Amino acid sequence: MRVQVDVAIIGGGPAGLAAAIACHDQGIQDILILERDRHLGGILQQCIHTGFGLHRFGEELTGPEYAHIFIDGVKDRNISYLLDTMVIEIRKDKIIYALNSEKGLIEIEAKAIILAMGCRERTRGAIQIPGDRPAGVYTAGMAQLLVNMEGYLPGKEIVILGSGDIGLIMARRLTWEGANVKMVCEIMPYSSGLARNIRQCLDDYDIPLLFNHTVVKVHGSKRLEGVTIAEVDSNRVPIPGSERYIECDTLLLSVGLLPENELSEGANVLLDEITGGPIVDEYRHTSVDGIFACGNVLHVHDLVDYVSEEAEIAARGVARYLKGDKSDSRISISHGAGIQYTVPHIISSRDEDVELFFRANGIYNDGMIQLTYGKDILYTKRYNHIVPGKMERIRIKKDILRQLDMEGNIRISWRQREDELSDEAHMYSLSTGM
Amino acid sequence: MYDILIIGAGVIGASVARELSRYDLNIAVLEAREDVATATTAANSAIVHAGYDCIPGSLMARFNVEGNGLFDEIKSELDIPFKRTGSLVLAFDDEDKRMLEKLFIQGEKNGVEGLEIISRDEVMDREPNINPNIKSALWAPTAGITCPYELTVAYMENAIDNGVKLFLEHTVTGLSKDRDGSFTVITSKGKFRALYIINCAGVQGDMISNMLGLEEFSIIPRRGEYLLYDRKYGNTVNSVIFQPPSRRGKGVLVTQTVDGNLLVGPNAEDITSREDISTTNSGLDYVYNMAKRSIPDLTRKGVIRTFAGLRAISDTGDFIIGPSTEIEGLFHVAGICSPGLSAAPAIGKELARIIGEHVGSLREKTDFNPYRCAIPRFKDLSLGEQQRLIDKDPRYGRVICRCETVTEGEIIEALHRSLPVNTIDGVKRRTRAGMGRCQGGFCTPRIMDIMARELHVSMEDITKCGADSNIVVGKIREKREREMKTI
Ligand SMILES: Cc1cc2nc3c(=O)[nH]c(=O)nc-3n(C[C@H](O)[C@H](O)[C@H](O)COP(=O)(O)OP(=O)(O)OC[C@H]3O[C@@H](n4cnc5c(N)ncnc54)[C@H](O)[C@@H]3O)c2cc1C
Ligand SMILES: Cc1cc2nc3c(=O)[nH]c(=O)nc-3n(C[C@H](O)[C@H](O)[C@H](O)COP(=O)(O)OP(=O)(O)OC[C@H]3O[C@@H](n4cnc5c(N)ncnc54)[C@H](O)[C@@H]3O)c2cc1C
Repeated sequence: MRVQVDVAIIGGGPAGLAAAIACHDQGIQDILILERDRHLGGILQQCIHTGFGLHRFGEELTGPEYAHIFIDGVKDRNISYLLDTMVIEIRKDKIIYALNSEKGLIEIEAKAIILAMGCRERTRGAIQIPGDRPAGVYTAGMAQLLVNMEGYLPGKEIVILGSGDIGLIMARRLTWEGANVKMVCEIMPYSSGLARNIRQCLDDYDIPLLFNHTVVKVHGSKRLEGVTIAEVDSNRVPIPGSERYIECDTLLLSVGLLPENELSEGANVLLDEITGGPIVDEYRHTSVDGIFACGNVLHVHDLVDYVSEEAEIAARGVARYLKGDKSDSRISISHGAGIQYTVPHIISSRDEDVELFFRANGIYNDGMIQLTYGKDILYTKRYNHIVPGKMERIRIKKDILRQLDMEGNIRISWRQREDELSDEAHMYSLSTGM
Repeated sequence: MYDILIIGAGVIGASVARELSRYDLNIAVLEAREDVATATTAANSAIVHAGYDCIPGSLMARFNVEGNGLFDEIKSELDIPFKRTGSLVLAFDDEDKRMLEKLFIQGEKNGVEGLEIISRDEVMDREPNINPNIKSALWAPTAGITCPYELTVAYMENAIDNGVKLFLEHTVTGLSKDRDGSFTVITSKGKFRALYIINCAGVQGDMISNMLGLEEFSIIPRRGEYLLYDRKYGNTVNSVIFQPPSRRGKGVLVTQTVDGNLLVGPNAEDITSREDISTTNSGLDYVYNMAKRSIPDLTRKGVIRTFAGLRAISDTGDFIIGPSTEIEGLFHVAGICSPGLSAAPAIGKELARIIGEHVGSLREKTDFNPYRCAIPRFKDLSLGEQQRLIDKDPRYGRVICRCETVTEGEIIEALHRSLPVNTIDGVKRRTRAGMGRCQGGFCTPRIMDIMARELHVSMEDITKCGADSNIVVGKIREKREREMKTI
């Protein structure tokens, strides 16, 4: 089968759905969503806890509730979608190959493509935990699917490695189901999960969270029998003598999410080493003409609200692209101290304000984020606190952008308050009694 | 009463079973585990060695070179993956260069064809990612790569198609020789009787002979650990890259697998346990650091799995193939360490010859079928072939494993073949579902659904690798309550 569309959207999760709706509302007629699962909604369908939509809708919805607002939006607009349909190849000339059991091979020719494939979980192999290879070692997301979608309990005595949000949510979920969650080990001195999840999922159930701890060995030939955990030093190397054996039948891994970009790479889309997602401009246009990206395939978001927002940005980009608007510049953004990554990576037009999203590469207190252009300071914003677990954003005004060279470079960095204003900082610490 | 009982269904037991299934014999294979190819055959380098590093005159040398020569035939008869990639042994200094010369001469003696010592520049032409500081290399064009578990499954399916019986989860616990000259074999699931016993029990080989009160040889397990990389890194090398061998083995190699991943390993560590296939930090670090000598740009990013296997090293220093020196009717195929996989096709044929010699003469079956078809591998088909397959069976249009593009049709086929599977690992070894970068995180629950439906079992009964390795331990409250209501 062969079809032609204006926009093909790969993935029917929150990113793909919001992008489809926004594309439609921009006047694009011919949209097709391709989703490999049996339902729309993406990962949200298995997130039956509340905590979605606080920013966007001002109320706490469950994952499926949040998804359904968008699924309804897609259906109301009669946007086409194919379920149980796996995209197996995207070519850089925007030909897509997909597969389902009803239509067989489907060839789709698109004027523009939005990548919205989400992410997958980092596995045991990726972090190379040595030891035996029994049943009972699962990623937290797979355990979540088993419990919430299939109705089965993966185990009874549980250790969780990594304090990512899925792990935290699963600690509570499994406790509710009568399992004994013994501990969460986190190799870093801080959690990448949301503070509210640590409170509501661990603290409320007295589940210990051990910072600077990791699993160094897996034991059990058939089903997991236990794990050896150890404390790590500041270089994340296990400290000899600190090993402890913990009996358990299940080890859940919540050790990070990886944007799923094998398809994108097949289309020659350039990726950012740090995010694992495509390099994009402010409209989420990738390095390949006419291919856009949004949601977790671009970078891992902590809140779905921001995924939806980003999808709408990409949809605006697609509308501009289809109208033939060309970019007029290529302002790059580089990272100074304290910055892990930014999205977008480049700014290619100066018609609108640009929202710059970024994550810190560690925990920093009492300082500021600064945008500089050569020696000029473009922008300063004070922060009491920034952490890697929380995506931050700042808005760069179009008036500022218009003053810059077309090929200029903006540098974003964290500055400790003392760096610049040591006197003031001194006064500050006196006044707070520190 | 069986004519022949084969103990062990690794690649050796399976090859022997298949070669003997040509003849009019009543044969059974007893295997302790829930599937074939779960022990040493599941965890090795998967290289079909050329045969230059075996000592001339040894059984290893003979069967390696003979076995290597048989792989093209096996590939066409049994539809298994096999690729003659050639191999290189790198010389890093002058001493290594002398070693290459030794290997070259040894290889010629062993009958290895096409050996050549090539210059640094030639090596760099073929293998641009190799350490540019090497001096020269030994090129062996006959070396290749295969898939050891696929080969074993193929052998066993073909053996079963030709009348061999396979008894899985039958651990041999006792053996005795009866007055009439036949054997009684006690297993975890009952007694068997047979005229001849062939011991293909891998690292347990000496235990089998111990059961008859014999101490003919002993086996030392020598563990080797590996790093397996994402398919993205497969093209790092084009052929198998060795370092000069030492007394303890062939050293750390870097190779592509037949499925396009990059495989790096093994180390060599003598251990006491015959079951301990755990990986260790120190072992993996060693493997990685050694491999970096060959491929300086190698990083640990991209590793999707680590694993280890046990070589069965015999105290004779060579393969042990042939009749027991003590007991009539017992045959050993023991101490089959590396290059055992390469030798497997030749060892199977040799056993058929030896048994024939013993029995007098074996009558060939008129209806022996040497052919076996693999499960279609959807991913490797052309677009036209894919469409035709889906037209025939729409379940080939439903992708279950996203990383390796494995379809529902392939999984269902694996569940219902002449050698059926009922474990997640079994499905994985046959179809590659779960072998990719997400390591089954996405497809395991989907495969469980399919298995429950097709095999009429409950989700709780589905195991990773046989008894006591269940994936889930029960239902959640809500599901239990819902089910109560519907009753
Ligand atoms: C366990 C968990 C808990 C979370 N908790 C919260 C929370 O409490 N609050 C909150 O606001 N946010 C939360 N989030 C974050 C939020 O849900 C995600 O950021 C959001 O779902 C990402 O949306 P997405 O559309 O980019 O990706 P996904 O939801 O992953 O959707 C991607 C879709 O693409 C499809 N797809 C991928 N590849 C292909 C292909 N080749 N062919 C066809 N289809 C394909 C997938 O099947 C999937 O449906 C949570 C996330 C997880 C995983
Ligand atoms: C690290 C490593 C790397 C290697 N690399 C290569 C290579 O690149 N090329 C190559 O040619 N060779 C290689 N080899 C060697 C090759 O893997 C082996 O020679 C081959 O797999 C041996 O097969 P097998 O059938 O003898 O043993 P196994 O596969 O171990 O099979 C023995 C079977 O016997 C069963 N069994 C044992 N005891 C009993 C019992 N009491 N009752 C019933 N069943 C029993 C076991 O369950 C098992 O299934 C390597 C080996 C290792 C460990």
